[in-house]
Amino acid sequence: MKVHEYQAKEILRRYGVPTPRGIVAETPDAAREAAKELGGRVVVKAQIHAGGRGKGGGVKLAKDAEEAAALTKAMIGMTLVTHQTGPEGREVRKVLIEEALNIDKELYVGITLDRRLGMPVIMASKQGGMEIEEVAGRDPKAIHREPVDAILGIQPFQARSIAYALGLEGTAYKKAIDFLQKLMTAYVEMDAALLEINPLLVTKEGDVLALDCKMNFDDNALFRHKDVEAMRDVNEEDPLEVEASRFGLNYIKLDGNVGCMVNGAGLAMGTMDIIKLAGGEPANFLDVGGGASAQQVTNAFKIILSDKNVKAILINIFGGIMRCDRIAEGVVEAVKQVGLPVPVVVRLEGTNVELGKEILAKSGLALITADGMTDAAAKVVAAAGSATP
Amino acid sequence: MAIWADKNTRVIVQGITGREGSFHAIQCREYGTKVVGGVTPGKGGTTHEGFAVFDTVAQAVQKEAANCALIFVPPPFAADAIMEACDAGIGLIICITEGIPVNDMMKAHDFMSKTNRVRLTEYAEGMARLTAEGKSPDARTTQTAAGADPIQRAGGSRLIGPNCPGIMTPGQAKIGIMPGHIHREGPIGIVSRSGTLTYEAVGQLTKRGIGQSTAVGIGGDPLPGTKFIDCLAAFEADPETEAIVMIGEIGGTAEEEGAAYVRQFVSKPVVAFIAGQTAPEGRRMGHAGAIVSGGKGTAAEKMKALQEAGIHVIKSPADIGSKIEEVWKK
Repeated sequence: MKVHEYQAKEILRRYGVPTPRGIVAETPDAAREAAKELGGRVVVKAQIHAGGRGKGGGVKLAKDAEEAAALTKAMIGMTLVTHQTGPEGREVRKVLIEEALNIDKELYVGITLDRRLGMPVIMASKQGGMEIEEVAGRDPKAIHREPVDAILGIQPFQARSIAYALGLEGTAYKKAIDFLQKLMTAYVEMDAALLEINPLLVTKEGDVLALDCKMNFDDNALFRHKDVEAMRDVNEEDPLEVEASRFGLNYIKLDGNVGCMVNGAGLAMGTMDIIKLAGGEPANFLDVGGGASAQQVTNAFKIILSDKNVKAILINIFGGIMRCDRIAEGVVEAVKQVGLPVPVVVRLEGTNVELGKEILAKSGLALITADGMTDAAAKVVAAAGSATP
Repeated sequence: MAIWADKNTRVIVQGITGREGSFHAIQCREYGTKVVGGVTPGKGGTTHEGFAVFDTVAQAVQKEAANCALIFVPPPFAADAIMEACDAGIGLIICITEGIPVNDMMKAHDFMSKTNRVRLTEYAEGMARLTAEGKSPDARTTQTAAGADPIQRAGGSRLIGPNCPGIMTPGQAKIGIMPGHIHREGPIGIVSRSGTLTYEAVGQLTKRGIGQSTAVGIGGDPLPGTKFIDCLAAFEADPETEAIVMIGEIGGTAEEEGAAYVRQFVSKPVVAFIAGQTAPEGRRMGHAGAIVSGGKGTAAEKMKALQEAGIHVIKSPADIGSKIEEVWKK
């Protein structure tokens, strides 16, 4: 799960990680008041769940409270397009008004899980403000990597070595060590999946602060962080995906025109792959889960059909514990409820497959049945093609 | 001989009185697996669906000589269940539970590696003592599938999963949630990060009359207990396995590590498929571990690494059976 910058900073402050003073605003009036409180000269930052806001015009400096209000007026309601939002962009609903500081250095610090090592790793780079992937691609040696045992926590020598790698000295060096220790604690205790401070700001006064903050959480640990769960902003998510998650369906919208309904995440990915191999483009990833009941199949059907790009649907089910006859009944039931606005290809395999096929055949519905995944993919791509005007 | 699980494996089900645990314990028993009981704290001394229920794993080990634990405990308590099984000396721990927090798994792995280290030390001391007494150290090695695993032989624990379908040795033991009847005995070892894709592979092989030695679902989580390399090593050492199917997916570098291992240590033919060739960057494709981030963990990268290691990489998941038929026994 993702949260906004202002929410992430709220969490950082709980752990004593220094951030610039800031106030969230949803109206120009609120922004004006906030700017006055923060001393006039402020930065207005659009709050959306995507990076690259600065380049897209979502981060602007205001010299006084009036300008802050004017910038907020222009920003609220605008569609902000960055390289991370895609061409459709995101609507700005809130801005963060933050005190403007005297920048000396902009650095980078990020924490994420290193799957190979099985522990978190702190990445640090002197090249703040740039995307870490870009730095890694150009000059991998510019990134200092420090694996940290999540249970033992960050050791002083590790914090020192990162501070040295960042080229810090004097007051900033000491403050950075304290910053890193608190940041690591926040990462572990909040069950974060990613905690990125980019840029990490060193002021002319030698203070070290999180100028920007991106924090993603381990969805599986949200049960012990109700406060974080409450920060979820569904405006930032695809409406169809939000709808699907309400039904307990794992759905991701893509750009193609072949809808897919599959049981199991791996098989669902494999089905997308085989559609592509057959010359088509998948419209979505959808895992109906192990216990695909008639109700779940119906829900999945409705979700897939809400995507107007879908010209044909492939249902690919390997019946294991869930028997094919039950799934076939579910498909028939779903089609009776939702209708057949586009061609539907069904491929069943596994437990009670013959019974399942019989149920589909006897239903009298115009379903296209397929044997094996190759056949299914060819049929659904052909159907989607013929349905394209 | 198969790997890790066979007819001598004695299984206890942790969370046996829950809906999932109960259902699958019965399914495993019906297949012929030796399910010797279950564990639900607070319900020890009772019976459930004909299974003896214990309060702790240690009691089940003491009374029933259980050597394998199958875990269906809900996510908030699953890591604790893994550690309890390890502490009780269970050699093979299979965790089906999906949705365990990464931090919990880090604790479980940490606990397991420390416990295993103690067991290895004790094992080494025991060996030294036997040698000093003039007895053959080999006396301690058992002739079971588990006997081939260095960790288990030393009395340590191996974890499979979490978020996996389990392990299946056709004709001997079904320890997990896979449909038993699609399998048949034979020479092909399967290791996979995906459940239903494993069934797909098994289905394709069985349809062609080709059986499986053991099928291991290592699970879709970012921090699995058993990785590709562990399975590849075990299959290479297993005299009954003649070829290997490896099913990976986007995210992480376990496939690349597997490829490097195959290049150096595996002589048997390996067929591989990587799911998620069309997956967009930055999106988790169902499994917690299936994500391309920062341009890393793509299917293309993995396929390239596998190909360079001499593995037969197929682009379509429909070609697993035919490719095995082509390369096996050549």
